[in-house]
Amino acid sequence: MTSETGVHDATMAEQLKRRNRPFERVIVGSLFISGAISIAVTIGILWELGSESLLFFREDEVSLGKFFTSTVWQPQAGEFGIWPLILGTLLITVIALLVAVPIGLSAAIYLSEYASPRVRGFFKPVLEILVGIPTVVFGFFAITFMTPLLRSIFGESVVGFFNVLSAGIVVGLLIVPLISSLAEDAMAAVPNSLRQAAYGLGASRLEVSLRVVVPAALSGIAAGIVIGMSRAVGETMVVTLASGAAPRNFDLAADPVFGYVLNPFQGAQTMTGYIAITASGDISYDTIDYNSIFAIGLTLFLMTLGLNSLSRRIVKRYRQEYD
Amino acid sequence: MVQLREQSEAAEFFPSDVEYQGLLSKRSRRGRVVQLSFLLMLTIAVVGLGILLYTIIDDSFGLVAVVNQNEPEAVVSAYGYDPAVTVLDDLNKEQLVDVLQGSVSSGVGRRLEREERFFADRLVFESQAKWDEVCASDEPPSGCSGGVRSKGNVLDLVRERVIQPDIVAVNRLTASIFNPDGFKEEVETAFVENPSRFGEYTYDQVRYQWRAWFSWKFVTSPASDRPEIAGVRTAVLGSIWLVIITVLFAVPVGVGAAIYLEEFARPTRINDLIQTNINNLAGVPSIIYGMLGLAVLVRILEPFTSGSLFGEGAPNGRTIMSAGLTLGLLTLPVVIISSQEAIRAVPSSLRQAGMGLGATKWQTVRSQVLPVAIPGILTGTILAVARAIGETAPLILVGAASFITVSPSGPFSQFTALPIQIFQWTSFPQEEWRHLAAAASLVLLVLLLTLNAAAVIMRNRFSRRMS
Repeated sequence: MTSETGVHDATMAEQLKRRNRPFERVIVGSLFISGAISIAVTIGILWELGSESLLFFREDEVSLGKFFTSTVWQPQAGEFGIWPLILGTLLITVIALLVAVPIGLSAAIYLSEYASPRVRGFFKPVLEILVGIPTVVFGFFAITFMTPLLRSIFGESVVGFFNVLSAGIVVGLLIVPLISSLAEDAMAAVPNSLRQAAYGLGASRLEVSLRVVVPAALSGIAAGIVIGMSRAVGETMVVTLASGAAPRNFDLAADPVFGYVLNPFQGAQTMTGYIAITASGDISYDTIDYNSIFAIGLTLFLMTLGLNSLSRRIVKRYRQEYD
Repeated sequence: MVQLREQSEAAEFFPSDVEYQGLLSKRSRRGRVVQLSFLLMLTIAVVGLGILLYTIIDDSFGLVAVVNQNEPEAVVSAYGYDPAVTVLDDLNKEQLVDVLQGSVSSGVGRRLEREERFFADRLVFESQAKWDEVCASDEPPSGCSGGVRSKGNVLDLVRERVIQPDIVAVNRLTASIFNPDGFKEEVETAFVENPSRFGEYTYDQVRYQWRAWFSWKFVTSPASDRPEIAGVRTAVLGSIWLVIITVLFAVPVGVGAAIYLEEFARPTRINDLIQTNINNLAGVPSIIYGMLGLAVLVRILEPFTSGSLFGEGAPNGRTIMSAGLTLGLLTLPVVIISSQEAIRAVPSSLRQAGMGLGATKWQTVRSQVLPVAIPGILTGTILAVARAIGETAPLILVGAASFITVSPSGPFSQFTALPIQIFQWTSFPQEEWRHLAAAASLVLLVLLLTLNAAAVIMRNRFSRRMS
């Protein structure tokens, strides 16, 4: 009897042991590889941007110092200073934020604190449609509507056919839904007890929104704005179409700051615009033009990476924990 | 005594009833004003979207001023009809072919016939002997396979080759409806003031007609350097091919990665790194992916992406394969993140039940978690694909050709895509191209709207089943 059960126990134990399943290992292994591909993509991006940039900086005409200090970008003349391109990018980004932050935040506050479900049901899909429209269509819109509109308002002699203002406004419209949805998410995460407490103390709806909910959601809102900024910096099609292909070379000592350097009514090529225009021609490998787009790309990549990690850091450090 | 003093102090501190009422109404007034301004801002965004759609539709239709090389009335009256009663469409197919025969050179005629025959029972431009010879060759033209041109097709050919309309001026939809005479006056003035702009044409030759730039014919015609006949077939086919490659790459890899991260990954360093990395990749500008595609896929992997490894011969790596994989890499983080959310939304009781019955982890995932998560995964994937279709910058980098009239034949052919076509047409200075760009944008938006609607339907069906 005992020996029988003993044998029985042994086979049971044998059966209950974790079986070796090679098929499952293969599956889990390939799932891991799928995940690891994203690491390969990052390495690929860094390697390709880095190595081609290195080739660029090795050229005789280029020096690292001049790249970061010179304010003239004229590849034909062997002048490679990145500041004109950064200037173009920053001008458009600032205009875009001036448009998108007030609209995006107001929209978020209204949708989160004021709107009835029916009103929300109307506005929310509209913002979602805005997200889905391709940027090249926004570029078309900038050229066919915004630029002519600005030129008729301010005069054709003031506003150039290519101008930073038109591109900036349209990029702003493009990032409104991004900022508003991130800000709205942040406000939705604020617990209702805070609102109820404030109402209980006699606060009006406006006071609850601006003095309680917005401060409580500030980290999420700020992170959203930074994400929107990163999106504006990396935006390509609108700026390529509407802001022109001429870098705004400047000389701070000689050029008027508001009449020329920061003038929103004239065009200025951006970093992304330069990359797109240079690559759209028949570009041959290993020329200085080819290598230069990677140096610009690396700068762009580092800028957006910096902005994205800044936004994550804001969320991590300043997030209020509610239970 | 003490109490009294406190009361009087309180009376000094707190406003009196009258002041209180004033402050209260001031507060509520301010609240209303600010609320209105919030609503106003929100409305601005909506109006922006409205104007955008309006601009596109406004440019997709409208009056055009054309100069015909041959007037249709002349063609009709040559057949003895009264041009006041009969129009070109009323001619029968034999007559239309006859018109074509009388106008195009025999070389062009033979080419058209080799593309597709005019009649099943007889040849028009080619001799029977030559036809048999051509069809017996190694690469017989498409006409040999026996299709016959319809009357509508011949009519299009007559319009394109015989009438040869040349658009000299264009107008927008609303302006065409509400002020057609203004447009006509404008064209007439332009002829008077600046005749050199119109070459040999005189104002007498100008005809006005309505034109729908956005039409089924526009979708099915290949690209052309003449705005009168240019269409987006090549570009639409290119975009479809791109989507196929993108989906074939991004969906298996993305869903696999999501399953790994959600179900199998322990919080080790490498898995944390993968997760952070994916979040970072989602924020990289699309043009950077284009540069990755250019440097790695187009250049280094050229033997693969040009198809020469498989004996196909694209001259370089600027093919659908390169562009599709680039878009695949671009959409990968989005697919992973949305699939992760879908998998996370599956209640863990399902997993516990599966494992409690003795299933292995993979068995649980495959037969319990995935079936529930799939609608959510699909929704996210469709939205990611919709984003990929509209991407332009990476395609410019990997070298989508701007002018291609031959439809792509496989993953290793050169191509153009809808957004590239819109970009090109928008950047041309002549106004006709602007209208083509608007029509192409409309095609793109219709495509995206369809995809989004599919995603919404799927989401609704999914949420109904879960509840």
